[in-house]
Amino acid sequence: MSRRRMLVVGVVAMVAIAGAWWLTARILSRRGSGTPQTAATSSAAPAADARKIHATLYYVAEDGMSLVGVQREVPFGESVLDQARQIIASQLAVAPPPLASAIPVETTLRALYVTDRGDAFVDLSADVRIKHTGGALDELFTVYSIVNALTTNLPAVKRVQILIDGKEVDTLAGHVDLRHPLQKNLKWVKTEKGDT
Amino acid sequence: MFLLRTGALLLALGSIVAQAPPVPAPYTVLSTDGRRPLPTRLIGGQEMFALDDLAKLFELSVREDSLAGGLTVTARSQAIVLTPGQSLASVGGRLISLPSPPAREGRAWFVPVDFVPRALAAALGTPVELRKPSRLVLVGGVRVPRIVGSAEVLGPIVRLTFDVAPQAPHAVTQDGSRLFVRFEADGLDPTLPAVSAPDLVQGLRLGDGASIVIDLGARFGSFRTSDLPGDRGSGRVIIDLIMQTTAATPAPAPPAPTAPTAPPPLIDLAPAGGIRTIVVDAGHGGAEDGAHGPGGTLEKNVTLSVARRLKTVLEARLGVRVILTRDNDATVELDQRAALANNNKADVFVSLHANASVRSSAAGAEVFYLSLEEYGDQAQRVAMGETEALPVFGGGTRDIEVILWEMAQARYIEESAALAKEMEAGLREHVPMSPRAIQQAPFRVLVGANMPAVLVEMGFITNAEQEKQLVSEAFQISIVQSIVDSLTRFRDKQAARIAAPPAAAPARPGGGLRP
Repeated sequence: MSRRRMLVVGVVAMVAIAGAWWLTARILSRRGSGTPQTAATSSAAPAADARKIHATLYYVAEDGMSLVGVQREVPFGESVLDQARQIIASQLAVAPPPLASAIPVETTLRALYVTDRGDAFVDLSADVRIKHTGGALDELFTVYSIVNALTTNLPAVKRVQILIDGKEVDTLAGHVDLRHPLQKNLKWVKTEKGDT
Repeated sequence: MFLLRTGALLLALGSIVAQAPPVPAPYTVLSTDGRRPLPTRLIGGQEMFALDDLAKLFELSVREDSLAGGLTVTARSQAIVLTPGQSLASVGGRLISLPSPPAREGRAWFVPVDFVPRALAAALGTPVELRKPSRLVLVGGVRVPRIVGSAEVLGPIVRLTFDVAPQAPHAVTQDGSRLFVRFEADGLDPTLPAVSAPDLVQGLRLGDGASIVIDLGARFGSFRTSDLPGDRGSGRVIIDLIMQTTAATPAPAPPAPTAPTAPPPLIDLAPAGGIRTIVVDAGHGGAEDGAHGPGGTLEKNVTLSVARRLKTVLEARLGVRVILTRDNDATVELDQRAALANNNKADVFVSLHANASVRSSAAGAEVFYLSLEEYGDQAQRVAMGETEALPVFGGGTRDIEVILWEMAQARYIEESAALAKEMEAGLREHVPMSPRAIQQAPFRVLVGANMPAVLVEMGFITNAEQEKQLVSEAFQISIVQSIVDSLTRFRDKQAARIAAPPAAAPARPGGGLRP
């Protein structure tokens, strides 16, 4: 085999490997956006950290009167639980302009659990209460951006209960009843925007 | 209004008011010795009293120091020194400012009217009050309450409301075609309303002494009165003038299904709709500030202020018992608020709040009532009035309504929706509304209320403009007016529904357990 021929074969092989990697990542990404809990089959993927799914996250509209659902890239999670954590972590991050986050920016996710019945428990730091604007409408937006982020993107999650500092709470800011898990509720969501 | 008041005063003081038509009208000095006129004159744009007139009334001596060019006025051995060209008076060595210097016309000296309460009162050692709008000078401890009247036509009733400050004992008597409201006072300082119901009342005027005369119309039948204490020592007198019910003319239209023909309808004192107690919940409080405005306004203070105003007006206008969940800056648990309403068998629960948004432009009032979907199937069953068959002593079963206390509101969703609709309509007449004026939400304070219940967000405290409105008296009064109007309509519609034939009345879910 001449040197020139070896070079051609080498280039073709590299292109083939790169193409296969790209195709695998693409397929995983698409499967992940539908049913992330079944997408945990690619443990051998060479770039697992870069895998993403598309998830709908919720932010306060420019007029402050509704939530807006936005398709965003969220890191892939191996299981429902992992994916739920990734979705909430993304929901807690800074909102894409010109939208605003309904959750105080200092809020962190302390823990998250999902029961066999599909009830998710989202344990947030006390900042979600302390740094909150205190308005009833904003409180609804805060609660339902979290509830909807999980129930919309993860069919396995049916209901969500918010905990603060590991404890059940009556309300977050004096209005919305948080003593029970809440179902998906899109009545405060205006229209869904496209990919960002 | 001002003209009416001035006119009423002139009528009352007709015998002693000067005949000449100078402008402006004279003041009236009221003391324990009686009434005296005290003319004024406009000099250099300032209204002034002649020093000679004051000297006669208050037994002053006036001495002009020709060398120094000053004036010394002595009252009860206390000297007041005035200097021409200076807007100051020295009383016992203490300097007091005046709006203008003393003025001289011919041989007469004049002083600005404010000289009397500022300088003369200090020299006399007696309180002297100058009421410019009503042109009164009150000397010593004379009792001249301010009276602000209003009139409201409520179908066959004209309601006259007199706010009296300070409160004064009074009596209402009828003499032929006139009603007299006599106050235990040395005089009155009234603002009397115009009434547009000539069949019942022709007009109101100031009578002799400290009395108000109500000239009655041809169809006046009877009257009733009630008194209420007001804020800061004031009082409120309410007089309902009720139209006679023996119609002299044939009925022009078919009577309404519930129209009573015999006794006059005591619509407020015995409300047919059954609203006797209203609980007004001032949102947040104590350790719970609620939302903060950009100017530092706290939601808890706004809600308390409006709640207090609302209580006063509801008691006066609807004649109902009003209970506040808090009457000070106290922390009250959400459970306790609904429990207070339940334990007092309240008929309506109104929770007052101010909204907040991460968007400073968000504005407008909103009305919320409970949504049941978040509470699952059990709440839906309660709302539908379903019963459970429970075993009873002696065998067998019996259908019992089993309702979790925390789900009490589920039975009143329809009525709460009707109440929210009335609230929204009432607020829309007076204050800006949000694009989402009526909403349903799983609000903790509402779910345990065992009666129609709404939560009113009066406006966005995070909007700088709305923050100013929320703390203003005018806006708070508008909110109160809106809520009172709404509750009145809600009560009347409930009364009409209850009075309607049973077949036409919509079923009230679980209504049988209501007291």
